[in-house]
Amino acid sequence: MEGITKRSKRFLESRAPKLIEDVKTAMIMKGGNTSQTVTQALKDIVSSNITRPFEDSTSLEFFSKKTDSSLFLFGSHNKKRDHMPNDVCVTVSFVLFAGRLFDFHVLDMIELGIEKYVSLSDVKASKCPEGTKPMLVFAGEAFDTDNEHKRLKSLLLDFFRGPTVSAVRLAGLEHVLHFTALDGKIYMRSYRSLLKKSGCRTPRIELEEIGPSCDLVLRRTHLASDDLYKLAHRQPKALKAKKKKNISHDAFGTKFGRVHMQKQDLSKLRTRKMKGLRKRKGNVVAEEQDGQAPKVAKEAEHTE
Amino acid sequence: MAACSVEALLAKAEQEEAEKLKSISVQKELDLEFDIGNLLACDKNRIDLREFREQKKEDFLRSLARDNTQLLINEIWKQPTERVQEAIVVKLPDPATPLPREKPPPKAKPPTKWEQFAKLKGIQKKKKTNLVWDETRVAKNEYNRLKNIARAQKGKVPVMGLATSTQQSKEELSLAVSVAKTSTASAGRFQDRLPKEKAPKNMGKKRKFEPLIGDFSNERHKQLELLKLMDGKKPKLDITKAVNKQMREEDREEAAAKYKKRAGKKGRKGGNMSGKGKGKGGKGGKGKGGKAGGGGGGGGGKRRGKPGKH
Repeated sequence: MEGITKRSKRFLESRAPKLIEDVKTAMIMKGGNTSQTVTQALKDIVSSNITRPFEDSTSLEFFSKKTDSSLFLFGSHNKKRDHMPNDVCVTVSFVLFAGRLFDFHVLDMIELGIEKYVSLSDVKASKCPEGTKPMLVFAGEAFDTDNEHKRLKSLLLDFFRGPTVSAVRLAGLEHVLHFTALDGKIYMRSYRSLLKKSGCRTPRIELEEIGPSCDLVLRRTHLASDDLYKLAHRQPKALKAKKKKNISHDAFGTKFGRVHMQKQDLSKLRTRKMKGLRKRKGNVVAEEQDGQAPKVAKEAEHTE
Repeated sequence: MAACSVEALLAKAEQEEAEKLKSISVQKELDLEFDIGNLLACDKNRIDLREFREQKKEDFLRSLARDNTQLLINEIWKQPTERVQEAIVVKLPDPATPLPREKPPPKAKPPTKWEQFAKLKGIQKKKKTNLVWDETRVAKNEYNRLKNIARAQKGKVPVMGLATSTQQSKEELSLAVSVAKTSTASAGRFQDRLPKEKAPKNMGKKRKFEPLIGDFSNERHKQLELLKLMDGKKPKLDITKAVNKQMREEDREEAAAKYKKRAGKKGRKGGNMSGKGKGKGGKGGKGKGGKAGGGGGGGGGKRRGKPGKH
């Protein structure tokens, strides 16, 4: 690596694996024959940030390396000709391929058919400012029971969650993305949340639909094997939260601490205050009596 | 009677509470799972297909979304809040859902040659200590910074006597004039004067040296005078004259200090310090002015008690 400038070094460092990773960037691509709808759909999903529309022939992984993005969205539309005995049917389907990469190799890829699509411009409502971190809601049993849906949920979370922040402006919690898995379809709706007075500290929520919204159908999937998936989740040791020794929590959340003491001579323990037994200088005789008194006191305590 | 009214009151209070909470409470069979760090909520409740088909799809979805969002907001509002620059901000916990990484975690680099050596020798990395706060430097830096700004804007660079833009006194202005006059290569000896202007008294003390080999008689005379002086019992210094001079100087200083206080400036006028004893003050210090003035006053106060030591 001779002759590397500081600038190029910084560039390479930014692409190298890091302990704590940056926000994932997504590549949005158009396939060979994309229609207006698909383009619109792609545009809407990332508002004004389409990285670049590429042609069919380019390789996904090559461009992931080029743009240092690990998420991708690839849209196209297929015209299928079904040759029936008497007729020729053409079914046009709009397809979205959503996926992510690990180490520049495809980790998961899911094909989604777009059945209904309403774009941003079709919905007449004031939109949320760009860049607001959206609230995400997944509804429906499938997201918890079906493996493919579970992966889809994880993928959608990766796509839409935005940068991880430590704090959020309460007034800025405006955008809600709601995914409902129902009846074999996945309904994605986008709302603007209005915080209304409720009489108590927590506001009442009213929703106003903003675009875009789509009805998706899960088609083919290319999911990573469990091993690869596990490998992709491996976190560097440095990130693991250091456990504080001798502190434990019980079911109620009470914090317990453990104090280690040196060995005590229990025969010398004084459990009751008796003035006569107080240590005085040079009083050795009293010590022997102490040996018996505490034991008596203890028993008395038990009976109490 | 009293008991009835108390009960009634309690019942009423309960009702009011319930009313208040009604607007934000949502009934669900199963509680939602939350990941507040990601602003995520998962609703695992079964969705009634019949209801969905009966109602208008969008309305059904919207009401479901509203309920779930309400629950999520309720959960978010439980988090600690703080105020950051006019906005109330809620602190989020770390994201709980594990998501795959972009790239595998970085491998530990082998220690470099220096690192190996340092480890072997037990050398520890020493952090450079922070610089100590130095007020005189700070003042000087500030003055220079302002000068730079003025120069950059091609504006008037504040001259030593005229740093303040408010009304100057007659003395200050005359001092500024004299300073400007003497800031020439020949220390102001060849500067033109206004018709009624008086010749400056301290005409730039340029020393004149006698030639090396010149007037022998003069030189001899001078040497003898010197020896006589050294021999003589009478001290060269006239004590009363010196004391009077010192006292006059101190009075002048005090008057200047009082004037300074009245004017309210931070001792930007270096002018009221006599050039002789207070060389430091004369040279550098708009910022030092106040300090040196105070120091001079303090020093003078000390000397008052011991005039004989001179």
